[in-house]
Amino acid sequence: MNFNNCIQTGIFLLVLLLLVKPLGIYMGRIYEGKPSGLNVWFSSIEKMIYRLCGVKTEQGMSWKEYALAMMIFNLLGIVVLYVIQRFQASLLLNPMAMPAVAPDLAFNTAVSFVTNTNWQSYGGESTLSYLTQMLGLTVQNFVSAATGMAILVVVIRGFVQRQMATIGNFWVDLVRTTLYILLPLSLVLAIVLVAQGVPQTFDSSVKATLAQATKDSTGKLVTEQVIALGPVASQIAIKQLGTNGGGYFNANSAHPYENPTPLTNFLEMLAILLIPAALCYTFGYMVRDRRQGWAILAAMLLIFIPCLLVSVSIEQKGNPLLNRLGVQQSFSELQPGGNMEGKEARLGIVNSSIWSVATTAASNGSVNAMHDSFMPLGGLMAMWLMQLGEVIFGGVGCGLYGMLAFIIVAVFIAGLMIGRTPEYLGKKIEAFEMKMASLVALIPHMFILIPTALALMLPVGKAAIANPGPHGFSEILYAFSSAANNNGSAFAGVSTNTLFYNIALGLAMFFSRFWLAIPMLAIAGSLSHKKIVPASQGTLPTHTPLFVVFLAIVVLVVGALTFFPALALGPIVEHLMLTSSS
Amino acid sequence: MLLAQLRPAIVSFILLTVLTGVLYPLAVTGIAQSVFHKQAQGSLIVSGEGRIVGSTLIGQNFDDPKYLWGRLSATSPVYNASSSSGSNLGPSNSALTDNVKARVAALKAVDPNNTALIPVDLVTASGSGLDPHISLAAAYYQLARVARVRGLSEEAVKNIITQHTDGRFLGVIGEPVVNVLGVNLTLDGYRS
Repeated sequence: MNFNNCIQTGIFLLVLLLLVKPLGIYMGRIYEGKPSGLNVWFSSIEKMIYRLCGVKTEQGMSWKEYALAMMIFNLLGIVVLYVIQRFQASLLLNPMAMPAVAPDLAFNTAVSFVTNTNWQSYGGESTLSYLTQMLGLTVQNFVSAATGMAILVVVIRGFVQRQMATIGNFWVDLVRTTLYILLPLSLVLAIVLVAQGVPQTFDSSVKATLAQATKDSTGKLVTEQVIALGPVASQIAIKQLGTNGGGYFNANSAHPYENPTPLTNFLEMLAILLIPAALCYTFGYMVRDRRQGWAILAAMLLIFIPCLLVSVSIEQKGNPLLNRLGVQQSFSELQPGGNMEGKEARLGIVNSSIWSVATTAASNGSVNAMHDSFMPLGGLMAMWLMQLGEVIFGGVGCGLYGMLAFIIVAVFIAGLMIGRTPEYLGKKIEAFEMKMASLVALIPHMFILIPTALALMLPVGKAAIANPGPHGFSEILYAFSSAANNNGSAFAGVSTNTLFYNIALGLAMFFSRFWLAIPMLAIAGSLSHKKIVPASQGTLPTHTPLFVVFLAIVVLVVGALTFFPALALGPIVEHLMLTSSS
Repeated sequence: MLLAQLRPAIVSFILLTVLTGVLYPLAVTGIAQSVFHKQAQGSLIVSGEGRIVGSTLIGQNFDDPKYLWGRLSATSPVYNASSSSGSNLGPSNSALTDNVKARVAALKAVDPNNTALIPVDLVTASGSGLDPHISLAAAYYQLARVARVRGLSEEAVKNIITQHTDGRFLGVIGEPVVNVLGVNLTLDGYRS
């Protein structure tokens, strides 16, 4: 860690933490229906939406009704997005005449964007029409994020409410999240991005005359460059803010049109963690004990910061294999140095590493550098943060509700250790909550390890591998870690646009999104029914440093023990090979 | 219970689609096109005769010794701005070291007397395959060669490089870089 790396990392963390409280309070007020500017000015639009939908806002739902409404809305989203892709050739706004997307790819992409994963088996600029990007993908970027946040709010209500049979109204939570949180933030970010150089146009690609002609692989002279454009900025803003991550272009935020300057990079990186971090504060605000929110955020940072430091220092060290080739990899005032394969010059080492850790800690999955070309341990940090279950920040809403499942597990274990009935925020944690929380903690593991093993046994699975040796294994393990945690980033050398992977990854994304969401709603329903037990001397305080460390250890132990054997076969052995060969 | 949720599901889906998939991108486009027209259109560089010669944000390939060279590009053909991609070569892949060796050899071939170590960004592929920039070290490494081939003073080339250098944001965020296409167009006497 040189001074440049320290200062840039420090500024990023500082700005993030400064924004947690104001945004956290704002979101809390929106969910509690308290007047907060936007929800006063635009209340007529909100009311009109409810009227047209036939929704009675005061009518609460049981957890089962809530789950049903959520599932219908999301399944509808999958169907519509599939249909748009299949028919894009005959629809509007297709200036580059993109043909229909193949059925398996369209299925994978539809599930991917509805589950807030944004795994991309396709290259955006070479596959999708402007209409598909806008009316298909951008819409799901908003509503999949809003779905995750709605479920979180329900779980929070479960802790707050006493002996209630209903847990809120899905349509109200969905509309408020979209209208008052996601839309305004995206609008502001999109405009700043355009000012910095992110395109926003409906014109088709342009042809530029090259300053020096070049040759293609067949030796034919190339004198022109076709530059893909489109309504980029509006999609980039929400893909960062809603922990979606699906790029407009194939290279995602490494592409200079998605992320042209150090300022856009800073803002996009901030946008990855902004809402997930602020929701911790919203949690504390809504349960009327802000210390609880800070405690959760502290536990997240306790895992996040060490991973960040490891990644930056590993990437800054560079690739030992290049040292013998007359290449300068050390940092100086004139160059970032380090492992620059797959990284952009304007972003250098530190900003690529911070991004890789942020995007995998939160289940965002956008990239500004190619994770496949990271050093083995740099790639390991990214992979492992996903495997922890996307609870270190995690996706908007779903990250924190996943963490709340781990808190339930943690207070249960602590309860066993001190011989007390486990409780959290005055609610008794009983067998039902524990069963549901265990599902949430363990289901993603199943959808990572079993399909990875299967893919490695099948020729169609192995055919996707791009790099030889242990790195090739890492590519497959990374793909399922990403899909089964709804992250969406990739070791992108892997070629997953095949029938096998489109279906396998699609199913992993689908089940680990909704098979986690529904048990969490069940927990909310069950907690909502319960009384609040007043705190006594025997109550385990959950805001203390002791509990913060304990919670972090529980998350680490579950994640580390499950995945250590697999990681040993991939990045760890590759690291040992690299260091011993130099 | 199922039917009761069907109407709100369909109607809210349509309304939210209009809001986030139509009105929102249109609003951004409207503001972008009126206030930041050049950026919204891709920061294109247009020559005096009205020909588009590139974009300040999209790199082009250079391998003539009279030009400043940029990053390696893994797209096909190189610097393909309608199909961005990195090499995705793993750090232990021998194809990566082969690419680096070939690039080192190419740089040495056009500048055999330069014994300095080559800055790493000049021998590695960028993430997008379209990186418009190189580090200052990579630009200075090539300075003497470009000046010699063109019969210019090193001072003159250095001035052009400085003219196309972007520093860190507020002096701290990001890395200082040189815009390769910008330098080369200026070297060729291009005027907008």
